[in-house]
Amino acid sequence: MSDFSETVGHAHHDADILIHEQAPDLELQLDAAPPPPSTARSRKGMLVSYIGPVVVFLLFVVFWEFMHRWGMRHLLDKRPQLLPSPVTVIDKSFLDANVRHQLIAGLGWTSYAAFIGLAITIVIGMLLAIVMAQAVWVERSIYPYLVALQATPVLAIVPIIYSVFGGGMNSRIYVCVMISIFPIVTNTLFGLTSVDSSQHDLFTLRNASTFTRLFKLQFPAAMPSIFTGFRISAGLAVIGAIVGEQFFREGEKPGIGIVMEQFRQKLRYPQMYGGLLIASLLGIAVFFVFNALGKLVVGHWYESTRRT
Amino acid sequence: MAASTQGDMSAPTMVTQMTDSASAPALRFNGVSMVYPDGTHALRETTFDVRPGEFVTVVGPSGCGKSTLLKIASGLNKPTTGSVDVDRTKVGYVFQDATLLQWRTVQRNVELLAELQGMAKVERRQRAEETIRMVGLGGFESKYPKQLSGGMKMRASLARTLVLDPKVFLFDEPFGAVDEITRERLNDEVISLFGRERFAGLFITHSISEAVFLSTRVIVMSARPGRIVAEFAIPFDYPRAPELRFDPRFAELAGQISHELRGAHS
Repeated sequence: MSDFSETVGHAHHDADILIHEQAPDLELQLDAAPPPPSTARSRKGMLVSYIGPVVVFLLFVVFWEFMHRWGMRHLLDKRPQLLPSPVTVIDKSFLDANVRHQLIAGLGWTSYAAFIGLAITIVIGMLLAIVMAQAVWVERSIYPYLVALQATPVLAIVPIIYSVFGGGMNSRIYVCVMISIFPIVTNTLFGLTSVDSSQHDLFTLRNASTFTRLFKLQFPAAMPSIFTGFRISAGLAVIGAIVGEQFFREGEKPGIGIVMEQFRQKLRYPQMYGGLLIASLLGIAVFFVFNALGKLVVGHWYESTRRT
Repeated sequence: MAASTQGDMSAPTMVTQMTDSASAPALRFNGVSMVYPDGTHALRETTFDVRPGEFVTVVGPSGCGKSTLLKIASGLNKPTTGSVDVDRTKVGYVFQDATLLQWRTVQRNVELLAELQGMAKVERRQRAEETIRMVGLGGFESKYPKQLSGGMKMRASLARTLVLDPKVFLFDEPFGAVDEITRERLNDEVISLFGRERFAGLFITHSISEAVFLSTRVIVMSARPGRIVAEFAIPFDYPRAPELRFDPRFAELAGQISHELRGAHS
C-alpha cells in the first residue's frame, strides 16, 4: 500500500490553513505569505538527516560481521562460509579487477533491460491510465486484468514468454514490464481522477474540450502521483530485470543476476554477495533519481503533506 | 457592453440575448425548481431577477438550495422545471474555494479563463496584469498558490473572474472559509469593484452582515425545498464605507433579516 501513502495525502491540498491577511500594501502582504525556511535551521536539519542513515548503516555492517563470526554457527547452526564477512566480500569482489569488471558489465546489462522495460512501462501504463480515466465502466472492465497480471507468477508463464520473445534480452524486458506496470497505472489513474470538482466546474463553464481538460487540468494535477508511480515502478523494473535473468539467460548479455548465479554455482560466495550489493545500489540509485526528478518537476508548486 | 473577445460558447436554448438597456434584467429565474436525481427537493418555484447595477444577496439556512441557484444560473446544472434567462458568455463565477491551479503562478492562474476562451496571449496577459493590480495583488504575479494566504488566494480567484469582464457576477459563499477581518477586507474589495464596474451581482452567504453590507437587495430563502420568504431593499449609497457596519440603520436591517431567517428555519 505504500504506493498510496503519498497520493492520498495529495488530495488534502485544499485544506488550506488560512493565514491572517495583512493590509493590502505590498510589504505587509509579503509577511502574510509563509516565510522561507531559515538557512541555519535547514543546515541543522541536513546534518540530522545524514546522521540517522550513517548510524543505521554502521549497525547493519556490525550485525553482518557478528552473524558471520558467531551468529551463523551458534544461532543458526550453519557454516559461516555461507555468509562471508563484509570485509571479505569487498576484498574478493570490488577490489579484484577481474571480478569487478564482470560485476560492472552485469550491472550494465541489467540496467539496460530495466531502463528499456521501464520506458515501455511508462508509455503503456500512462496510456492505459488515460483510457481508464475516461469512464468508470472502462476502469472497472480493465482493472481485474491488471490485478491478475500483477498476481501472475513469472515462473508459470515462462514457456509462453520463451516462445514469443525468445530466451534472451527481449524476454527479460517483457518480465520488467509485467512486474512494474501496476503502480504506474494505478497512481496515474488516481491522479487523473482525483481532481477537485470545482476545478472541473471551472473548465466546464468555459466549455473546455476533453483534450484541453486532460492536458491543462488533469495531467498537471496528477504529476505528483505520477512521479510516485514512476519511483515505485523504477524499483520494480530493476527487480524484474534480475528475475527475468533467472529464466532467460541466452545471448551474450549476462546481467548481474546471471553473473551472481555463475558465482553461486562455483561456490564463490563473497563474489556473489558483491553482486547482491551492487544490485541493491542500482535499486537505491534508481529510487533517488526518480525522487529528485519528481522534486524538480513538481517541487516548486506541490504542497506535500508528508513530513520532510 | 464592452466588445470583449467572445469564444465559441454556443448559447443553450433557454438563453436569450440581453439588451443594453439598464432596465432589462441581466439574469432572470422563471419559476425555477430543482429536484436532484437522488430525490432531494432543493428548490421550489423560484422567480426573481437581477438587473445591471443590482447586487442581490441570497441568505438562507444550510441546504436551502442557495448554491443550486448559482449552478443553474451558470449552466452547470439544468433546472427540473422553469428556465433562466442570461447571456452565459458574460457570466463570471466565483467559487467557494479559490480553486486556483496549484501548478500555475498567480499570473497564469488569472489568465486561465481567458486562455480557455481563446483570447490572444498578449491581450490576456495584459488583462491579467490589470486585474491583478485591481485586486491588490500587484507584485505577486510569479508566486504559486501555496505561497499565498487564504485571503490572497481569494483575491487571485476574483482577478481570474474579472479578466473576462463579466456583466453577471455569481458568488458562491466565496469568503466562508476566511477569518472575519480578511472577510471584511474582501467585502470592501467587492464593494469597490461593484462601484466601478456596476455588474449584476448574485451573492450567496450565511453572513447577514455581509449580505446587508454588500447588497442593494437581500433575499431570504426558506429551508429545503428553498423558496423566497422575504425581500429587503438595502437603501445605503455606494461607495459604502466600512463604518457603515456600525450604523444603527444597518443593525436594524440586519435584525429584521435575522428575524425572517429564524422563521425560515422552522
